[in-house]
This record gives sequence, structure tokens and C-alpha cells, in this order.
Amino acid sequence: MSQYILEMNDISKEFPGVKALDNVTLKIKPGTVHSLMGENGAGKSTLMKCLFGLYEKDSGEILLEGNLVDFHSSKQALDNGIAMVHQELNQVMTRDVMENIWLGRFLKNKAGIIEHKKLYEKTRKIFEELEIDIDPKMRISKLSISQRQMMEIAKAVSYNSKVIVFDEPSSSLTEVEVEHLFRIINNLKNRGCGIIYISHRMKEILEISDEVTVLRDGKWIATTAAKELTINTLIKQMVGRELTNVYPPKTNTPSEVILEVNNLTAQYVNLKDVSFTARKGEILGFAGLIGAGRTELLETIFAVATKKSGEIKLHGKTINNRNTTQSKKNGFALITEDRRLRGIFGVLDITENTAIANLNSYLKFKIYLQKKLMKKDTKWAVDAMRIKTPSQSTKIRSLSGGNQQKVILGRWLLTKPEVLMLDEPTRGIDVGAKYEIYQLMIDLANEGKTVLMVSSEMCELLGVCDRIIVMSNGRLAGEVNPQITTQEEIMALAAKYV
Amino acid sequence: MSNIKSFFSKIGGKFKKSLKDKYLTYKALNKKDKLKWWFDFFINNAIYIIFAILIIYVEIFSITKGLSNTFLSFSSIIDILKKVAYSLFLALGVGGIIVLTGTDLSAGRILGLTMLISASLLQKPASDFANKMWPNMDTWPIILVILLVMTIGGIIGSFNGFCVAKFKLHPFIVTLSTQLIIYGVMLIYMMSGNNGGQPIAGLTDQYKEIVKGTIFIGDTAVPYYVFYAIIAVAIVWFIWNKTVMGKNMYAVGANPEAANVSGVNVTQTIILVFMLAGILYGFSGFIEAARVGSNNATSGANAELDAIAACVIGGVSFTGGTGKVSGIVLGVFLLQIIVIALQWLGVSSDLQYIVKGLIILVAVAIDMRKYLVRK
Repeated sequence: MSQYILEMNDISKEFPGVKALDNVTLKIKPGTVHSLMGENGAGKSTLMKCLFGLYEKDSGEILLEGNLVDFHSSKQALDNGIAMVHQELNQVMTRDVMENIWLGRFLKNKAGIIEHKKLYEKTRKIFEELEIDIDPKMRISKLSISQRQMMEIAKAVSYNSKVIVFDEPSSSLTEVEVEHLFRIINNLKNRGCGIIYISHRMKEILEISDEVTVLRDGKWIATTAAKELTINTLIKQMVGRELTNVYPPKTNTPSEVILEVNNLTAQYVNLKDVSFTARKGEILGFAGLIGAGRTELLETIFAVATKKSGEIKLHGKTINNRNTTQSKKNGFALITEDRRLRGIFGVLDITENTAIANLNSYLKFKIYLQKKLMKKDTKWAVDAMRIKTPSQSTKIRSLSGGNQQKVILGRWLLTKPEVLMLDEPTRGIDVGAKYEIYQLMIDLANEGKTVLMVSSEMCELLGVCDRIIVMSNGRLAGEVNPQITTQEEIMALAAKYV
Repeated sequence: MSNIKSFFSKIGGKFKKSLKDKYLTYKALNKKDKLKWWFDFFINNAIYIIFAILIIYVEIFSITKGLSNTFLSFSSIIDILKKVAYSLFLALGVGGIIVLTGTDLSAGRILGLTMLISASLLQKPASDFANKMWPNMDTWPIILVILLVMTIGGIIGSFNGFCVAKFKLHPFIVTLSTQLIIYGVMLIYMMSGNNGGQPIAGLTDQYKEIVKGTIFIGDTAVPYYVFYAIIAVAIVWFIWNKTVMGKNMYAVGANPEAANVSGVNVTQTIILVFMLAGILYGFSGFIEAARVGSNNATSGANAELDAIAACVIGGVSFTGGTGKVSGIVLGVFLLQIIVIALQWLGVSSDLQYIVKGLIILVAVAIDMRKYLVRK
């Protein structure tokens, strides 16, 4: 019996033109949490895909409890006790929790009929063990993202897995939920599972991990015990240079109030009686738990969600955004939370993705779209945002998350908005790209734009915002000054109306 | 002139260079990869290779038969072109709707209704043609009829689009319903006036001339409607690629949520795409009524199925957001070539359906491989 529950030795994988993995080694001890870190494109997902047989590795070997294994599908991996909690939730939205967990392996009696009662009991038992409070008969579409995430974890556990991979499990969770997640992980650890934890959040990694392996450009950089690491050493390993600051210096100075929102209430979504003001050149943050109404607030201002009552004033003039086209015309811009579902046009190229919100400005004789102007603007966006792309005609879905986000940012900057609303702008983006996006936000504030930013990463809000508004259960809970506030104060406000 | 020359030499040079680059990368491959390259080449171009084989086979077949006009002779090609031309309008209309991840089952019925209306308004005067539908009405000016049927098509299309966009219904359901309604209207219309359910015929010579009149290229007659089809292709190409509506169409097809958040008026875009489709069906009705000559309640039935098949063969994906006008034209060509080639080979018409169905299935299945995300 080997000391490790899972060993991946000297794994290499080459794609045409790129060496995605170059002799990477990863060894997991049973009953430990092993974090895998690296910037986007460092090879973390490729390594996991090789483990699950989604990609065929070019060379190297995988040992599970000392036995050589080579999976050809994730089903095979699951059957052998390796499970993964995916970052992107792929669930059957129209069916219930129970069916989703047991999909593909329903318990059947001799006649081939599914035994729903037994399934229900089994599901409930797993939920109890993990302290998850969800009704197994609830429809997935009625669950919040965090509940769905918890459900995925329960699913991984239901396979009696020996090794569980968590791919960015905390990216859509609030701090309280992350604590719950960590309790579950510790519980699994005590049962002797090996946990692979992939995340960009360094603080969390240092808190939960026993060991940390860092990859960079497809190469293994280091495996270190977590207690010997600090955030700075981690960053140094990841980027190969020392980032002196995670946040750029704040050079913007807010001036007069230009945006006033009074008693805004939404028709269908949870948003009640919210009032605030924002200044020119200000970065205003919105903190709160998931479901606090922050996304709903931005969407109601932008007329994606229907407004019931309340008033929005820009430069003292009442604005009535009835649809998104009008919002755009009135100088608002919204960058949505879910990039893949609501931000990018995956099958279209960079030029089309950049130009889509601004098409009217490329018209000649009011009808003919001038490709030259579109290309010029796209080139501006690519240069200004430092978007890494082979060409303008590359399909956007082949770019990394950070670059996709920059394309969307470029799309909106071309409309010359006065109020730029960003919903979780750095979710799933690596450290280097995050810094660039913060810098862009500060530059925009310097140019006199008003930036409204929703984020679940508290450090980020504290790092870049001039003021932070805390929301709770669809209402305004309070306002704090990032210079003097504490995370505890924000959390207390966030829980005010829950 | 020199401009054009330099343009072509530039394109030629580019082509040569890319070919040379491709050859060099191919040469650098090892033996196993070379084999894989050929395999990929055959799979990626399978649809064209199958058709090339079919065409060559029919050509050889017709030569050995000793026919004066072989399959690839100019007059046979014009023959194919004619069939392509009148099928194109519907395919161009449906194509846009498929880009929006929709489909249109009412295309054939809208075509049928506009055929009946065009024919009934352009019959010979009652003195020449006793069965005239509206004996007391003068024959309409042709341009008015064209505008009328295009308007009717556009209104029905907009109605479809309105239901899809506003009530969030799937186009399949909406157009399934409207095609029934239109069929009912067609049956009632056939019984109206002096017609009494007779096929509507006896069209004016001027009408027939404007559609079926010919221009001679060499000694082969090319009917006018071929040129109308070419103009329609050009207009649709322009709309899809050079206007805001076209770009919005691709965006809504690729990701309606993202399009909405980007300030694209999704409702308006959907209605416009359906309206354009309806206008094309309406114009097609004007052409078909004269081309067929005798119009009844089954006119246009099932025409949408060929149009949808042509779009899909031409690479307009049902997943939305992809598809080109050139693909649709190619798709219509390929579909017509199958039909005509089978006729040349003397395959019985019953068997033709089976072969046609199989070829569409195989062609699309092979073509889909290109779009699949390999894992």
C-alpha cells in the first residue's frame, strides 16, 4: 500500500501548438486537502481532465491506491471512486434534487421500476450527514446557486468517493456558505478522503489546505505544506514574480453626485425600497449574501428586471428605462454576473462580440455597417484592455475567462456610458487579470465615470471601492467606509434582515 | 480594370501562399499524423466528396447512354439552376429563423396563400376566360400585386414573430398553428367569388412573361425568375452581413440573454427576421403562381420541409447563431442535384424519397462532426 491515495506522475499533454502539461506530478495523501493553484491557463483543468479521461494524456501514469489506472470517461472514474464537483453547474433544471443526484444510476427493483422511496431516504441521509438543508423533492430551478453547489457536493459524496475534486466551489458562495463548505470538506477529510481543491481565493486555500501544488504555464512549480505559505509566497509561485500589490493604487477622487436612486422596488424579483446616491468618479461597492438583491438592483436599474416603483435620476433628470435599449441610450452599462450564459456570444467572433452594443455608430447612410470601423473599435478594445487573442476573428468561447470579461468590458466602454455597473466582474479570473480589471475600473473612475460594483469577495470591495453599500434580503442594510470598516461589520449588516 | 486585376492577383497570391503554408505543415507531419490528416480531410469534406462522386457517376452514366445533353452540359446546368432559383426564396427566409434557433412550418402555406392571391388578381379578363374568379374586377397592375403579396407574407411573418417574441412560444408551435389557419383561409378563398374550388388558372400573358420570359445565353433560355433569385440572394446577404438587423439576428441566435443585456431589442429582432422571411415567401408566391400556372389549395404544401433541409445541409445550425447565405445557396443546390441526379438515373419516384431522406441524414451527420466540440 502506497502512502498516497492518488498519484499522478509526470503527466504530459500537448495540444497543437501548446504544451498544456509538461511533466506534472501531483500526489494526494488520504485524509488531506491538497490545493491546486495557478493562473487561468496554467493547466489545472487540463490535468483534471486527464485524470477523468476526458483528455487522453500523452505520457505519464496515474496510480489510485497504488494501482495503475487509466480512465476513458468520467463515469469510469466515478465508478472507481474519483468524483468531481464542477465549477459550472450542469444540472437538469426541470427535475428535482433527488433525480439529479441519482441520474444514470437509479435504484430499480426487479421489474425495472425506480424505487423512489429508497432513493428519497438515501438522499435525505446524505444531506443529514453533510448538514445540507434542502428538500430532496425540490425542483432544481427553485434552488439558489449555492444550494445547487451543495447538492453537487452531496452527489460526489453519494458515490462513496475516495478522491473528490472541488473545482472553484466557492466562487458563487458567500462567506457564511464557504464556512459550511469547509465544514463539509473537513468532515470528508476525517473519513479519509483525499480532496483536491482548485480555487483562486488564496485566503481560503491557506485556511483549508494541508498542501498546495502550484502550476504555471503547464509546469509543476512547487508543492508546499500550507502552513509554510503566505499569500505573497503563493502569488510569487504563481506568477513567477512578486506582485507588490493585489490592488492598484486608488487615484480617483469622487466629485458631485450624479446618480440618485430613490425607493426603487422591483415587480417580480426581491428588491424593496432601495435608495442610494453615487458620485461622478466614484467606485461604489455592493456587498451582501447571495440573494441579497444586489444583482436584482443592477438589473432593475438597467431594465432587465421590471421596476414596480421608485425613481432613478441622472444629473437631476428623471430617467425612465423601459428596456435595455433605452438604458444604453441613457448612458448605463451592465456587465452581468454569469459570463457564459448572459455575457458572451460563444459562437461569434471577437469583433462581433465587441461591436454588438454599439452597432448604430458604424452605420453609413443609416443602413450599411462599415466593417472597417468595427475592426478599428475592436482593435482599440483589444489594445486598451490588453486582450490576449490570436486574431479578431477568433471565436470568443476559445478565450480564457479573464479575456472574455475584457471583451465584454470593451463592448460597453465603446457605448461611452456614464454609469458602469459590474456584477461580479472578477469571478473565475486569475490574479494577473484581476489586477488589470481593477486598474481599468480606477481609470474609468478617473475619467469621470460612475462605477457600481457587486462582489462577493469582500477583500476586493475593500480594496477598490470608495464606499460600500451592504444589502440584505432585498433591502438596504447600511453603508460603510472601506477605510475604517471591518469584515465583521459588513457581515453583521448583511445578516440584518435575513 | 487594372483595379480588378490587382484585386484578383492579390487574392490569388493569398491563396497560393496559404496553400503553400498548408503543404509545408503537411510535409512536416510524421507518417501517422499524415494518415490522420487525410482522414480528417475526407471527414470534413465528406459531404462535398459524396456529391462530387454522385455528379461524376451521373455524368459518366449519361455519356455512356449516348445522350446528346449530358448531366454537366450547359442546358442541364441551367435546368438545375431553374429548380434552385424557385426553391431559394423559401430557404433564405427559413434560414434566418433557423439562425434564431427556430423553425417555420408555415412557410409552405404562406407560399400557397400568396400563390392563390397573385393568380386570382392576375387572371385574364372575363371576356377571355370564363372561369375568372372575380369577374367584375379589372386585372390589377402587376407591381401592386407584388407589393400586396409581399405585404401579406410580411404581416403573417410578423404575426408569427410577435407570438414567438412576446409570448415566448417555440416557433414550432406558433407556425404549426398559423399554417393550419392559413390552410383554412386558402380553402375558403378557393370557394370565393366565381371560383367554386376550381384551380386558379388563365393568367395574363404579361404576368407569365414577367416571371417565365427568357433571356438567351448561347442557345439556352434562362427564365427571368433565375435573376430575381440572384437579386434576392444579394439582398439577403446584405441584410445578414451589413445591417444592424443582421448582426442582431446572429447575436439573438447565439445568446438571447446576452443580446438583451447588451441593449439589443430582442423582440424587434425576432419580429423583423420573421417578417423578412414572410416577405420572401410572398414574393416566392408571386413567382410560383405563374411558374406553375394552375393553383389550388394544396399549392406550396410541404415546401418548407425542403427549405429547412437545404438550410441544414448548408450548415445553418439548429443550435443558433451560425449559418451563411452562401451555405444556404449551396444547400439548395445540393438538394436539387440529388433530386435531378436520381431522375437521370431513372430511380423510381417512390425510391427517390427514401434515397433523398437517407442522403440528408448522412450528409448532415457527417457535416455535424465539424461543429462538435471534441473532447
